Amino acid sequence: MIKQNLLALQIVIPLIAAPLCILLRRRALVWGFAVLVCWLTFGISVVLLRQVLETGLVSYEMGGWAAPWGIEYRADPLSAFVLLFVSGIGAIVLSSAGLKDTALDEIPVSRQYLFFTLYLLCLTGLLGITITGDLFNVFVFLEISALSSYGLIGLGGRRQALPAAFQYLVMGTIGATFILIGIGLMYMMTGTLNMADMAERLVMADGGRTALVAFGFLTVGIGIKMALFPLHIWLPNAYAYAPSLVTAFLAATATKVSVYILLRFVFSVFGVTFAFETLGLGGVLMFLSLLGIFVASTVAIFQTNIKRMLAYSSVAQIGYMVLGISFASTTGLVAGIVHLFNHALIKGGLFMAMGCVMLRLKSVDIEDMAGIGRKMPFTMAAWAVGGLGLIGIPATAGFISKWYLIRAALEQNWWIVAVMVLISSLLAVIYVWRVIETAFFKEPSARAREAREAPLSMLLPTWVLVGATLFFGVMTSTSAGVAGRAAEVLLRVIP
Amino acid sequence: MSSSTLVQLVLLTPLVGAGLILACGKRPNVREMVTLLTGVTLFSLVVSLLPAVMAGERPTFTWFEMFPGLPIAFTLEPLGMLFALVASGLWIVTSIYAIGYMRAHHEEHQTRFYTSFALSIFGAMGIALAGNMLTLFLFYEILTLSTYPLVSHHGTEGAMKGARTYLSVLLSTSVGLLLLAVAWTWVMAGTLDFTEGGILAGKVEGPMVLVLLALYAFGTGKAALMPFHRWLPAAMVAPTPVSALLHAVAVVKAGVFTVMKVVVYIFGLDFLSASGANVWLMYAAGITIILASFVALAQDNLKRRLAYSTVSQLSYIVLGAALANSWGVVGGSMHIAMHAFGKITLFFCAGAIYLATHKTEISDMRGLGRTMPITMFAFLIGALSVIGVPPLGGSWSKWYLALGAVDAGQWVFVTILMVSSLLNIAYLIPIPIRGFFSSGPDSVPRAPIKEAPLFCVIALSLTAIGCIALFFFADGVYQLLLPLAGG
Repeated sequence: MIKQNLLALQIVIPLIAAPLCILLRRRALVWGFAVLVCWLTFGISVVLLRQVLETGLVSYEMGGWAAPWGIEYRADPLSAFVLLFVSGIGAIVLSSAGLKDTALDEIPVSRQYLFFTLYLLCLTGLLGITITGDLFNVFVFLEISALSSYGLIGLGGRRQALPAAFQYLVMGTIGATFILIGIGLMYMMTGTLNMADMAERLVMADGGRTALVAFGFLTVGIGIKMALFPLHIWLPNAYAYAPSLVTAFLAATATKVSVYILLRFVFSVFGVTFAFETLGLGGVLMFLSLLGIFVASTVAIFQTNIKRMLAYSSVAQIGYMVLGISFASTTGLVAGIVHLFNHALIKGGLFMAMGCVMLRLKSVDIEDMAGIGRKMPFTMAAWAVGGLGLIGIPATAGFISKWYLIRAALEQNWWIVAVMVLISSLLAVIYVWRVIETAFFKEPSARAREAREAPLSMLLPTWVLVGATLFFGVMTSTSAGVAGRAAEVLLRVIP
Repeated sequence: MSSSTLVQLVLLTPLVGAGLILACGKRPNVREMVTLLTGVTLFSLVVSLLPAVMAGERPTFTWFEMFPGLPIAFTLEPLGMLFALVASGLWIVTSIYAIGYMRAHHEEHQTRFYTSFALSIFGAMGIALAGNMLTLFLFYEILTLSTYPLVSHHGTEGAMKGARTYLSVLLSTSVGLLLLAVAWTWVMAGTLDFTEGGILAGKVEGPMVLVLLALYAFGTGKAALMPFHRWLPAAMVAPTPVSALLHAVAVVKAGVFTVMKVVVYIFGLDFLSASGANVWLMYAAGITIILASFVALAQDNLKRRLAYSTVSQLSYIVLGAALANSWGVVGGSMHIAMHAFGKITLFFCAGAIYLATHKTEISDMRGLGRTMPITMFAFLIGALSVIGVPPLGGSWSKWYLALGAVDAGQWVFVTILMVSSLLNIAYLIPIPIRGFFSSGPDSVPRAPIKEAPLFCVIALSLTAIGCIALFFFADGVYQLLLPLAGG
């Protein structure tokens, strides 16, 4: 019984659990409950991925209504892979929030139960986007995740957080509206909302101008959501001023799911031929992603707020994912998809470490971080490993992505792109090393002198993510292997 | 125990050692004991593999597949054997020296120092044993990162600046050029395994061979080919034991070792010499040899002079690789060992002089031979070996290199080798000469003998004796290296 309904449970469990958090209220209780739900969700996604890898596709008809008419949930290798790391990171990050003296203290006690509610709702939204096979459902879940993340960002009660959340709200709403318009136009053209069904009908229906307009609205809308340069302006503030746990969770998952939507629309609905050969999407994406990588990395170098610096680095890293996609080749897609996963681990770990720093220093300014490597060796060692991952040093997950990306460029004889990817990773060296040098080799700042190591309850989840960065830097059969399957499906190499 | 188990142990010993050193951080005597024990264990393991490799065995093992068809794998072959022997052997001597130096100098953060040291040796062993280019690249970067805390050890503004130069040059060349070359080779050849006769023949043509060779040669920033040599003098801000082991042996030799490996096992000697691209590399190496010698002449700081001398000497090895014939390859590879012993002696002496007298500038070192006779005599031996005077080890490698140049018909490079030897004499010999025969600046008639701490003197005497011993045992090294030349 459970096995057949796994796809539905993946969404239903966190969805129902979210409002229950309001009833529980007491910190330890609500935390225990929410963490249990998250790990359960993760467990389901693991089983799902295994099923998908065996059978290729798992489908579920909501309420027993058959596919083109009813709402279909479906998991193929790509969506199962995204489900896996979104729920996994969600569980790991939330696990750190339990006892007293954790990053959860950034949120006033009176609002902490709301944090858990919104967190689970946001997780539901992100998982829902990934799992559904229905276009309108994508929009609904998009709004669930977006609305709850506006709330999450504002929860910290810092003054700068409110305009940041508002800015995100405005930009996010514009993005969602664009996506809705796009979906509406496509519904008008084909008369269906089921993605698989629509993909077939789009081929037959001579879309003409309507298809072009729909495509335009969708890509711009998704571009805002995934913070594709130059549509990224909401991201740095939102990540910098949100509570650390929220930043860690959103940075590792939210933009990745938006990239997933892009992949879904471009490859599964419109198809490679239309998007890349007719419209030349590849060139546009390549140009924007390279520009974004260089501009955002350069801006990151000059930030003094390290959370903000990492936020700009995220914009650059999204560039790498989109660059991989822009090749529209198997290797390129593997690079893009595997970087979704690798970057989620790396950035999740880095922002968790920043949560530890924030907890002890009450600041994430580079001046205040001087010399904390001695006081918080485990936290900053985790940061350093995460930083090496961002640069793409071998034996970290970042290297795997870079390797596939360079290979993809070289396979198509895009010399200059390969060189630019390598040069851009040197920019990452600069912004990462600035922090390492300050933290480990400078004299301690006034705040650092009084700091002590973060509690184990925070260190452990941080090191789980960092450990995963190292593990998936050498054992790639899971990450790159699944990404390879996903890429083949997207390119229809195998039906 | 089978050879491939031994190879695994060679790799794991320094890693385990690093962990133990970190764990014993609170008790300095135990910590130093662990360092020495790890060194001795490692060296005996490497030596125990020597007979098998001499007999033609090539122990292999694979850790895991990093990418489909591209594993992290290890193969022990003659060149790697030589590098592993030199690095692990000199690690013991350097540890002895470092114990004397670091204690006499009351250095801080000694646990971090010894741990990073062991980790660097782990990196060096990985490079020596690497069975394919990806594995080599992995350990190459491990070596870069694990030496960074050693270079920035003092934490002063100057040390940070030097370390920043060190890291930025090494990382930007390896990430920007070497990685590109590796990925390109993979896309072209479909393999990165070190194979006898090379893997690129028929896969790359025309001017692309030259581009690829340039990417490899300059991308290996550790080989310090000009204009990517700046990190080497910058790294001299490190404590002297670091300069001695890392910048005379492990790091720089890892660089030229990589170049040699690439030429012999990726390009293949026949393919490279037939393509003609190697001539260009010869000139790049030749220019570095001469220019760096001139820069060395102008330095008054002893460590900086030695650093530029290293830059120049490293290009001997690159030249040997570029000659792409059997004499050149054997001579170049032999120079890895010969120069290591000579240069480490010189660095040990520089550190000993600094410890005993706090002098760093050559102009202040007049008359030092009277107060530090052993050190100055060892310096003379090291200098003569670097110059290449018999009966010292360095003479053999230069001899083979010259033979290689003649064999390739490149008379220009015979001349360059000669001129360089003269320049070596000009910048090295005045130091011991003035030390012994010129009176000190304060003209005290007979200063009492005041050597550096005992540990330091033992270490520098050992390496000086090594320089002499290598002259007589050069045939062993020659026999070991002969298979490289396909003979």
